[in-house]
Amino acid sequence: MLGETGPEWTTEEVKTGTTIIAIEFAGGVVLGSDSRVSAGESVVNRVMNKLSPLHDRIYCALSGSAADAQTIAEIVNYQLDVHSIEIGEDPQVRSAATLVRNISYKYKEELSAHLIVAGWDRRDGGQVFATLNGLLTRQPFAIGGSGSSYIYGFVDAEYRKGMTKEECQQFVVNTLALAMNRDGSSGGVAYMVTIDEHSTEEKVILGNDLPTFFDQ
Amino acid sequence: MAAAVATMMPNLGQQISSKNDMIPDWTSQEVSTGTTIMAVEYDGGVVIGADSRTTTGAYIANRVTDKLTPIHDRIFCCRSGSAADTQAIADVVTYQLGFHSIELDEPPLVETAANLFRASCYRYREELTAGILVAGWDRRKGGQVYCVPIGGMLVRQPVSVGGSGSTYIYGFMDSNYKPGLTKEQCLELTAAALSLAMERDGSSGGVVRLATISEDGVERRVILGNQLPKFSTH
Repeated sequence: MLGETGPEWTTEEVKTGTTIIAIEFAGGVVLGSDSRVSAGESVVNRVMNKLSPLHDRIYCALSGSAADAQTIAEIVNYQLDVHSIEIGEDPQVRSAATLVRNISYKYKEELSAHLIVAGWDRRDGGQVFATLNGLLTRQPFAIGGSGSSYIYGFVDAEYRKGMTKEECQQFVVNTLALAMNRDGSSGGVAYMVTIDEHSTEEKVILGNDLPTFFDQ
Repeated sequence: MAAAVATMMPNLGQQISSKNDMIPDWTSQEVSTGTTIMAVEYDGGVVIGADSRTTTGAYIANRVTDKLTPIHDRIFCCRSGSAADTQAIADVVTYQLGFHSIELDEPPLVETAANLFRASCYRYREELTAGILVAGWDRRKGGQVYCVPIGGMLVRQPVSVGGSGSTYIYGFMDSNYKPGLTKEQCLELTAAALSLAMERDGSSGGVVRLATISEDGVERRVILGNQLPKFSTH
């Protein structure tokens, strides 16, 4: 009774355990994430949307420490607004990714968050950038978060160049479902954002609508 | 256990190099089968597979290891974790099972072999680092796969993966395995899964060793590096 500190989760750091993915197709990108936020063993938010807008046609996917990731996204959102007013047009995806990378690299010892930046711009179409640990690399698709370990094999096997928008959306949903089944820190619902020249479409796929596999 | 090197000179200030630089890290690291292992049941038998890399730290001590170890005529085990621990356990179980089979005067059950592994792995769980898949064929239940992970649990599963590389292929396995696959489909699935894991896991690599165990016996094959299934990313 003496010295009782309360439940563990009140003192544990809040992490977005997470699975996040972004993939490009001709003319845009699809981003996806799960919705679980954990503090130790407790799920403190089961419906968090980890796909955060940086600009009209540029989104980022958050993973790692929830506080760090959200703060980076908010700062870059602000910086991009200023930048886009300065240049008088919509910013490039590469610019957004560079801003994220600059923060991640400068504060790499203090921060523990990984953001995947993806979007569409007039110059290069759909693009996906990974910014893990302060690097900046453009990739056809990127996965991240604790749940991503379990799906490396699946994405390596299933990814093909030249998939259509619908195929990419199906790929994202399947990948998220597989990771959410295996990773204790990922779960809940799946959020998906599709960005192309004309629109940014947000979608939620509820638990019972997710694909199921042989042992379910 | 670090390699002890006596230096005569006191360490005054910085040295450009020390005697310890001459002795690589891996001489003092434990030998581990980093590994990816997999076993799948089909109607009439099992397919088992493993990579072939054994590491001591960053050095690959053996690039053509055989991690598929026979325990009896129709029972094999796939080893992951400490090479020494798993070899020792496999030797003990091979002896115990051989004795048991002579007493019974009939081929032993796969479940018996699995239980023997579990008994050793659970009793000495604090000292051991061993993750083992036991797979084989017997007359009573046909092809069976039993998983004995670190800690000494025992569970039968239609398909199971193990070792450090296995985390990367859970998603692939969940999406590609269905009950009722044929032997050829199981072989393809195993070869593909192991190749994917070997691409991603630094502690797995080399060649893919496969074996099929059924009533008719054991059939072994090797897929060399350049013949592995290729997947395009980037």
